[in-house]
Amino acid sequence: MSTTTDQLAGISATTLLRFATAGSVDDGKSTLVGRLLHDSKSVLTDQLEAVEHASRSRGQETPDLALLTDGLRAEREQGITIDVAYRYFATARRRFILADTPGHVQYTRNMVTGASTAELAVVLVDARNGVVEQTRRHAAVAALLRVPHVVLAVNKMDLVDYAEPVFAAIAEEFTAYAASLGVPEITAIPISALAGDNVVEPSANMDWYGGPTVLEHLETVPVSHDLTGCHARLPVQYVIRPQTAEHPDYRGYAGQIAAGTFRVGEQVTVLPAGRTSKIAGIDLLGESVDIAWTPQSVTLLLEDDIDISRGDLIVPSGDTPATTQDVEATVCHVADQPLTVGQRVLLKHTTRTVKAIVKEIPSRLTLDDLSQHPNPGQLVANDIGLVKVRTAEPLALDSYADSRRTGSFLLIDPADGTTLAAGMAGDSFATDAATVHVADDEGWDF
Amino acid sequence: MRAVAALNEGTDSPYALSHLDALESEAVHIFREVAGEFERPVILFSGGKDSIVMLHLALKAFAPAAIPFSLLHVDTGHNFPEVLEYRDRAVAQHSLRLHVASVQEYIDAGKLRERPDGTRNPLQTVPLTEAIQQHRFDAVFGGGRRDEEKARAKERVFSLRDEFSQWDPRRQRPELWQLYNGRHAPGEHVRVFPLSNWTELDVWQYIEREKIELPEIYFAHEREVFARNGMWLTAGEWGGPKESESVETRLIRYRTVGDMSCTGAVDSDATTLDAVIAEIAASRLTERGATRADDKMSEAAMEDRKREGYF
Repeated sequence: MSTTTDQLAGISATTLLRFATAGSVDDGKSTLVGRLLHDSKSVLTDQLEAVEHASRSRGQETPDLALLTDGLRAEREQGITIDVAYRYFATARRRFILADTPGHVQYTRNMVTGASTAELAVVLVDARNGVVEQTRRHAAVAALLRVPHVVLAVNKMDLVDYAEPVFAAIAEEFTAYAASLGVPEITAIPISALAGDNVVEPSANMDWYGGPTVLEHLETVPVSHDLTGCHARLPVQYVIRPQTAEHPDYRGYAGQIAAGTFRVGEQVTVLPAGRTSKIAGIDLLGESVDIAWTPQSVTLLLEDDIDISRGDLIVPSGDTPATTQDVEATVCHVADQPLTVGQRVLLKHTTRTVKAIVKEIPSRLTLDDLSQHPNPGQLVANDIGLVKVRTAEPLALDSYADSRRTGSFLLIDPADGTTLAAGMAGDSFATDAATVHVADDEGWDF
Repeated sequence: MRAVAALNEGTDSPYALSHLDALESEAVHIFREVAGEFERPVILFSGGKDSIVMLHLALKAFAPAAIPFSLLHVDTGHNFPEVLEYRDRAVAQHSLRLHVASVQEYIDAGKLRERPDGTRNPLQTVPLTEAIQQHRFDAVFGGGRRDEEKARAKERVFSLRDEFSQWDPRRQRPELWQLYNGRHAPGEHVRVFPLSNWTELDVWQYIEREKIELPEIYFAHEREVFARNGMWLTAGEWGGPKESESVETRLIRYRTVGDMSCTGAVDSDATTLDAVIAEIAASRLTERGATRADDKMSEAAMEDRKREGYF
């Protein structure tokens, strides 16, 4: 059996990039995803055969690459994508987890789901239509979810004669809009997913474009950020107490570091109670280490035997978040049943789930033009709005702008367990953060 | 040396985790979430590589304490002896509690009927779901990966099942950030897939890195096999070969381990982990496409079985 470098893709790659795609129904998102998978040699013979077989049985002469990704009966029957799917592919340089999110207007919640864990979002635009409402919606969701990198893929360049001015105008309009929402990094790439221009291979039709292809950009975009400036946070998931002859006194606080770094010897505070101690040791899955950082799953050992349980938050003593029972946040409503003022809910923040009540829904946001509609009374599926929630117990909640992990939460229906809303504490868009800063002490409980 | 900052390609940060470290950390997080939120979790353990990796991750997640879960094996009655032996050894070594749901017992009691094709894989669903109800398990870990199959690509890490263990892809909860919602009503349970984001290659590279022992059938060895539906099946008391099928001795190995009646072997001379990894990286067939007869039954075979409660 002969092997090529392409076929061995991924065997040496060591970093992982999670990214999401967003595009309207006919912008060619499935074709782009299909081409990324196909041209990176991630579609294997039996998968391709299955697609060819299914395409033939539907009377299609050429294989429909969308069948690679539409995995459910209902999706194949209707020819649409109804839910987020996760895809995996690799090149020699990097491995990728792609959250393939449907583009229908009614599935804003799916883009929120995909974007919540993404470090990069690809927003697709049809070169013939330019920036449309749906594009603004996708940019706004990426900005709201604070996805660090956004790629604007101007697709179907083949249908506008590969004309630079068409691309330049769309790129300029989108960049200005996304930048005004606080998207930190925007890369615009002219492509034709159907013809393969600038997706994996550089285009011979667009000499005027000197930037990277989509894949090249995905391979080289930085995946980690400088953690030295981050607030260190460890939500306690589980207390490990072997109580065996070998480890009679072991008491470890297990969790995944949500942000920043922890060091042995560091003075820490446990919230919400506010007790302090010092880190006596860090176990990194059986290995003793001096320093650990996000997103490592670790076990912390403390010098003092203090009362700590699941739901507590361990932070450096010099860098404690305020605790509060009054949460102000932007939420995306993801359930079919509405969220109403006065409703009793559960709020899950990190490892802590508390009772809560929706006190106020000050406004509903229209993503198309970012206008605010005051006091809508309720939020329904796919709505984005500001809410004020009162919790039964204090939460150590960071601003989502500071930490996607400790600034996010779920609202859950206590009756049937449905996830109602995805919440982001603090200001909605990065641009607001500069002008609005609330600095009162009322939220402090100690 | 893993805790020491290492520069990885594509990043200027000394704090970047390798992809294996990132996947391991995520899986451990999932195990600990379940331990923190559920009353009676159980790990589905078949003795295959994915469940062996799950067990390894669970051991690391709770070390130096014991794993706070028991194991459940759905025994088709058509197991590879090497795999059963591995299972029992692992249980003894880590002082685990093993529950066995036996397809053969269901057949003997007349509660299940043998299929004409002799395949027992689809027959596992009833013993599995009844075992879950009987033991009142509220979280059931499975080794399923989203890269295996396109219906699985839609599966959540925490997947709510009703009292009949059914999966409804239209009623899945959105999975936001790392905030897994495990709320369920009495009688319902949650299937949990800590290896959701792993690929077959990740699993093998992790096995190599962690020096995890596997049943020998994963490595090339000579075995009596016969051809059926384009696959090499092991000859045995389970019902193969038929008269028209002839047995030959070949150098083969298994990419997946399941019921003998539907798990095919691949021609291979890979006797080491390095050789296996090189072989998988170069393979033009998916794991299931190469070795699973039951997935070839129809375009939506996996989706249909999952809806019924299969893992």
